[in-house]
Amino acid sequence: MGGKPGLSSAMAPVSLKTDYFNLSFRNFKLKTKQQELLIRVTALGLIYVLAFITRLFSVLRYESMIHEFDPYFNYRTTLYLTEKGFYEFWNWFDSESWYPLGRIIGGTLYPGLMVTAALIYWTLRFLSFAVHIREVCVLTAPFFASNTTLVTYLFGKEIWDSGAGLVAAALIAICPGYISRSVAGSYDNEGVAIFALLLTFYLFVKAVNTGSLAWSLGSAFAYFYMVSAWGGYIFIINLIPLYVLVLLVTGRYSMRLYIAYNCMYILGMLLAMQIRFVGFQHVQSGEHMAAMGVFFLMQVFYFLDWVKHLLGDAKKFQSFLKITVTCAVSVGALALGVGMASGYISPWTGRFYSLLDPTYAKDHIPIIASVSEHQPTAWSSFMFDFHILLFLFPAGLYFCFKRLSDATIFILLYGLTSMYFAGVMVRLILVATPAVCLISAIAVSATIKNLTSLIRTKSKIPHTGSAKGTSSAKASAKAYQDQSLPFQRNGAIALLVGAFYLLARYAIHCTWVTSEAYSSPSIVLAARGAYGGRVIFDDYREAYFWLRQNTPPDAKIMSWWDYGYQITAMGNRTVIVDNNTWNNTHIATVGRAMSSYEPEAYEIMQSLDVDYVLVVFGGVTGYSSDDINKFLWMVRIGGGVFPIIKEPDYLVNGEYRVDKGAAPKMLNCLMYKLSYYRFGELTTEYGKPLGWDRARGVEIGNKDVKLEYLEEAFTTSNWIVRIYKVKPPSNRW
Amino acid sequence: MARSSSSSSSTAKDAQALIQSLRSAYAATPTNLKLIDLYVVFAVLTALIQVVYMAIVGSFPFNSFLSGVLSCVGTAVIAVCLRIQVNKENKEFKDLAPERAFADFVLCNLVLHLVIMNFLG
Repeated sequence: MGGKPGLSSAMAPVSLKTDYFNLSFRNFKLKTKQQELLIRVTALGLIYVLAFITRLFSVLRYESMIHEFDPYFNYRTTLYLTEKGFYEFWNWFDSESWYPLGRIIGGTLYPGLMVTAALIYWTLRFLSFAVHIREVCVLTAPFFASNTTLVTYLFGKEIWDSGAGLVAAALIAICPGYISRSVAGSYDNEGVAIFALLLTFYLFVKAVNTGSLAWSLGSAFAYFYMVSAWGGYIFIINLIPLYVLVLLVTGRYSMRLYIAYNCMYILGMLLAMQIRFVGFQHVQSGEHMAAMGVFFLMQVFYFLDWVKHLLGDAKKFQSFLKITVTCAVSVGALALGVGMASGYISPWTGRFYSLLDPTYAKDHIPIIASVSEHQPTAWSSFMFDFHILLFLFPAGLYFCFKRLSDATIFILLYGLTSMYFAGVMVRLILVATPAVCLISAIAVSATIKNLTSLIRTKSKIPHTGSAKGTSSAKASAKAYQDQSLPFQRNGAIALLVGAFYLLARYAIHCTWVTSEAYSSPSIVLAARGAYGGRVIFDDYREAYFWLRQNTPPDAKIMSWWDYGYQITAMGNRTVIVDNNTWNNTHIATVGRAMSSYEPEAYEIMQSLDVDYVLVVFGGVTGYSSDDINKFLWMVRIGGGVFPIIKEPDYLVNGEYRVDKGAAPKMLNCLMYKLSYYRFGELTTEYGKPLGWDRARGVEIGNKDVKLEYLEEAFTTSNWIVRIYKVKPPSNRW
Repeated sequence: MARSSSSSSSTAKDAQALIQSLRSAYAATPTNLKLIDLYVVFAVLTALIQVVYMAIVGSFPFNSFLSGVLSCVGTAVIAVCLRIQVNKENKEFKDLAPERAFADFVLCNLVLHLVIMNFLG
């Protein structure tokens, strides 16, 4: 696709001929321009549709439903918003989660996603399309992915040319790194946030290029949308000052930059403060101070520039500079020092530290380290998510460095910083994806353009040769150069074919990854049966529905925090902890209960008013992300707050095992008992002994589990979810 | 001792000469730019007064303090942007009509003060 604009532009040099030919050629050229526009619009339209439909695999494979964990919370709040209206939503105190603490929903969430979905829903309703809110939520992420391709096109056009923009749009439409977070049903903040992120960057670069207040205002609004949608806005508010700083240092300061940055910063900051969850952080937290520092620096810089311009005398300006710079630096340092010392400016948070230093979280905050998407990225997942873009990225960097401008410096900085962060945390591959796509698109577009122009000039050489008088010296020099390299044309054709082969492989890879890896909802599990047919395990929804139907409406359910959102959204019951993980102590209490002996755990559960306990168990089906495999994190998080829980008690020679050789504390803790209760009577696999755990491939060590304070209430058909009822205290006599 | 006093007197002289030449250079500025400058200086002074007031009385309704100061700073910054765009000496903005620049300025101020009103509490 990148070749198309390249072809038409390469036609231009041939227009030196007779008058008649010139005239006809001009007509023809107009036509090609129109044709090019038509092709471009068609390609963009196709990309728009493609980005949407490639994300529908999950709906086709399973059904239209919400995926994973966090989306269930988003879905629940959206439902509340559409039913009760915005003010109720904004002031919502949710007593169903974090029992007995509760949670102020309006003040502790990013409302952008819910409001977006509700707006789409209301618009459709207004146009009298009778849709259900669930369908809207399921399709929000693909819809915004389509919009992202448009923004990518515009961004690519702004930093390079329309060809690069088109290639970038095509690349990002199917890039697995982005699809992983935006398939239909993955109703999460990131789905709309990447759109907002890219829009902010695009409008900002546009503002820098044009020096217009209106574009800068637009980027402030895009930033506001981003802040309302995702905590990743921190990246923007640090990247843009960094970019400004780099431009200042490299001597590329301009009035346009001043206008773009200052207007965007002031208005963006004010708008962002309207989101309650963010509040005053822009003037109080350490993460946002860089932007403010750069803001003041810009003022000083502008002022100095102005005075220099007024004086028009280098020597006088030197003495002036000395006075002002010392004043400004000392005042700035004093303000920062006073702010830090008085606790006015909070120091950086743990999450921020863990980004700068990947080993920080592991030592200090186990709750962050325990989430699988916060792990450092492996090389294979880079390859999996980017495929050929990984090789094209450095090539694109080369092209960017070759043609440095304000815009390419921006995309360079964005690409390099986000690549670093992608290496630190798996989930941040998402942030790097647009930059990688754009830079790779520059490489693809520039290469193909060069190759096609090579092929075209070669074929036109007889023409220029016949019209020697008119051809310029440059063209003849080029022709001479062409003759000096043998097989250039063949080489160019071969390279073109190679490039298209690579791009085709990329498309195949992306489709395969999307259909195989990223379209599973993880709440309904699928496996291949013995005869190759698909077996569906729908145990989660079975269990949540059981809770909804068979427990009293005010029952409190204790489970590990992963399942909190799903229980409140689908089971409609109160949970002790959920995925919002804002209170570490509360989670640690649950972790302690799970890893204690039964009497001790019973005391904790009594103090928390727990009625039911829910555990996830994969021993029968071989489902490996169950609670036994997560158990060590419960021990670690519990032990982080209550030193009575010690990790070595659950290990044997540093090894985690559940069979006969397991640690005695492990064999008798609550989690083990709840998972393996009555499991010793069960044959799971032909030819294996009773109590064979298929997820870990061992025979369990404690087959005779007896429960004293709890009783089994419900176990789903494949044993994936097991629910136990906490018995009331026994009579004293 | 003598050396330092002589150097300090020389810096004072320098500063005097500096201010003199600055004043004479500034006198050549067009009137409309001077008007904008006055507006900017007024906004910055208002912001400074608010900061001093905050330092004396305390910043209790923090959103009110912030919106007060930020409205002044925002006004000043946007006015400086307007000044840059309408200044004839800036070749970068030769294509930009002053009417367009002023329309942008009004738009930004409108947004700024609507947000401020919402934030004032």
